[in-house]
Amino acid sequence: MTNLSTPKNLLTWDKGVVLFLVISIFIGSFASEYFATASNLSFVIASIAEIAIIAIAMAYLIIAGEIDLSVASIMALTSASVGYAFQAGVAFELAVVIGLVVGLLAGLFNGVLVTVFGLPSLAVTIATLALFRGLCWVLLENKPVNQLPREWIDLGNKNIPGTFFPWATILVVLLAGTAWFVLHHTKLGRWVFAIGTNADASRFSGIPVNSVKLGLFAFTGLMSAVAGVVYTLRFASASPDGGTGYELSVIAAVLFGGVAIAGGVGTMWGVLAAVLSLGVIKSGLQLAGFSANALLIVSGGLLLISVILPRVTEFVRVHRSKASTIKRTQ
Amino acid sequence: MKKRKSILAAAVTGAFLAFGLVGCAATDEAESPATSAAGTTDTAEALKIAIVPKAINIGYFTGWNEGAQEACAELGATCDYIGPNEITGAAQTEFINQVIQQNYDILVISAADQNAIVPALDKAREAGIIIVTSDADVAAESVGSRLVSILPSEQDDIGTAQVDWIAEAIGSEGSVAIITPANAANQTAWIAAMGPYLESQYPDMSWAGGSLESATFFANDPTESAEAFASILAQYPDVAGIISPTTVGVLAAAVEKKAKGAAVKVTGLGLPSEMAPYIEDGTVEKVGLWNPLDLGYVAVYAAVAAKNGNFDGAIGSTFTAGDKTYTVVDGGIAYLGSPFTFTKENIGEFKLIY
Repeated sequence: MTNLSTPKNLLTWDKGVVLFLVISIFIGSFASEYFATASNLSFVIASIAEIAIIAIAMAYLIIAGEIDLSVASIMALTSASVGYAFQAGVAFELAVVIGLVVGLLAGLFNGVLVTVFGLPSLAVTIATLALFRGLCWVLLENKPVNQLPREWIDLGNKNIPGTFFPWATILVVLLAGTAWFVLHHTKLGRWVFAIGTNADASRFSGIPVNSVKLGLFAFTGLMSAVAGVVYTLRFASASPDGGTGYELSVIAAVLFGGVAIAGGVGTMWGVLAAVLSLGVIKSGLQLAGFSANALLIVSGGLLLISVILPRVTEFVRVHRSKASTIKRTQ
Repeated sequence: MKKRKSILAAAVTGAFLAFGLVGCAATDEAESPATSAAGTTDTAEALKIAIVPKAINIGYFTGWNEGAQEACAELGATCDYIGPNEITGAAQTEFINQVIQQNYDILVISAADQNAIVPALDKAREAGIIIVTSDADVAAESVGSRLVSILPSEQDDIGTAQVDWIAEAIGSEGSVAIITPANAANQTAWIAAMGPYLESQYPDMSWAGGSLESATFFANDPTESAEAFASILAQYPDVAGIISPTTVGVLAAAVEKKAKGAAVKVTGLGLPSEMAPYIEDGTVEKVGLWNPLDLGYVAVYAAVAAKNGNFDGAIGSTFTAGDKTYTVVDGGIAYLGSPFTFTKENIGEFKLIY
């Protein structure tokens, strides 16, 4: 018995998630007549756009063995910056650029603390989660900004004409496509996996580990900022408490999508399928009459399954190969 | 091969689990009368009304919903209480979408975020749903997104009433401090109204430390409120009264006053069920609050009147709820009236309600 006779993993975790997505859509349609309508599908897609955009970057970061818990705060800080600048008389287009720069700098700040000062990203980003949120309150002082330009709000709330896809879909598809290509088909992508598998070995083999990590934190900051702009438009306002708790949804989706929390393993389309299926499940169950409390239990259960199941299959695999080794030696 | 099998098994198990859950939901739905009223006509019996709080699992909103359900029962409408379990505009938006998808006729909502839910409300309005905000309204710039708002009292009146209560307790003489949550829009507005009112109406009263700022202590939960209480006594030993315009703060202040045997008088906005022991034993003379049941009750009546074409929400227009007629004032708002006060005489009755 060698590996030669085993067909190469026909159903891996990420493929399972895609299957799960298909099943979820099926269940959603079956559970509620209201689920598979154009306006509901449009809503589901719009409601996961920000999480998808941040999850794309978070996937890279977790695969590389790091994490960023401050993403929702960066998102809110971007939103607050856009609102603040716009209220101060800056043109909205320029305010958006300012917001994106703020997000990029916030990500860089995290990256410098981790790579230059060698601090653990979990601790650093728990701190900046609070710090960036605090800056939001300082900027806006409990005075949310509304009255944003109508055409921008429409961009955040209307569909591409003739379809049920919100405008943000274009952004998500472009970003996800690029991120997928870079992660799975370029040298940089291979570096990310190598760093997550073994950072020391990567360093010895000449990979600029710290530069890559710094870049990934900056990228995560920028993507959180993009999500912050999308969020601002969708909710037609900038408020200091925007997006509270989104970091948990992002990390849940990334892990459910098959990215290993220890790094080194994951696929982009697994993550995207996970983001989508979490949105679909939530909407399907909600429209089927489940209360918010029941939804909380379902989403927690799914996350537990996604953490436990790979462990169980790994245990079974190791156990069986041990058994077969023993059998061979006898 | 083995790995594939086990994952497949897991996927199948997951699917069955999900199907099982859906099965439960389907049964629940079949038992509820809501689904039988699919063909909507304009009679009150067929009206489908969604009651959406800032968040479920909160006693205050449970009372609010009870009032709404009472009105629904009187009007023969079907009212569903649905909402998120966290107070954010984003979470509430998902339930506004549900209201749109499930073709409700009326949405009665307490806005969890005065701006973030506005685009969703606009979509609901475009779908022909009558929207009445109750308890918490959208921002002044967005009042066109709902028909009318049912609110307790004008912001200024809520603030000044509390100054009157503390004046009564301390004999209109001495200094007063405040315990309030940071960054809370309502409380900020009430306190702003308290400042000049105390200074102009009560010449022998003053703010502890000389100004409204020095008299205001911020606390967001029971523990911080208890700490604020101790700080006030330490910083201003001769303080005569404490106002806490929040149910959390006033309860914590009453608990601390009793525990320390402090002489300082306490009043504010308190839930009768929570404050009853302290009112009954004389720790606190009087607290006030509007009645969330009335807010829910009146909102349903306003919405149904609008649905039946008897009320258009315009300024000056009127509608009737129970035995009272309400008039819409500037801003498209109908106010219930002054905050309701609770003393030893009536708290026994109200502590059972909310």
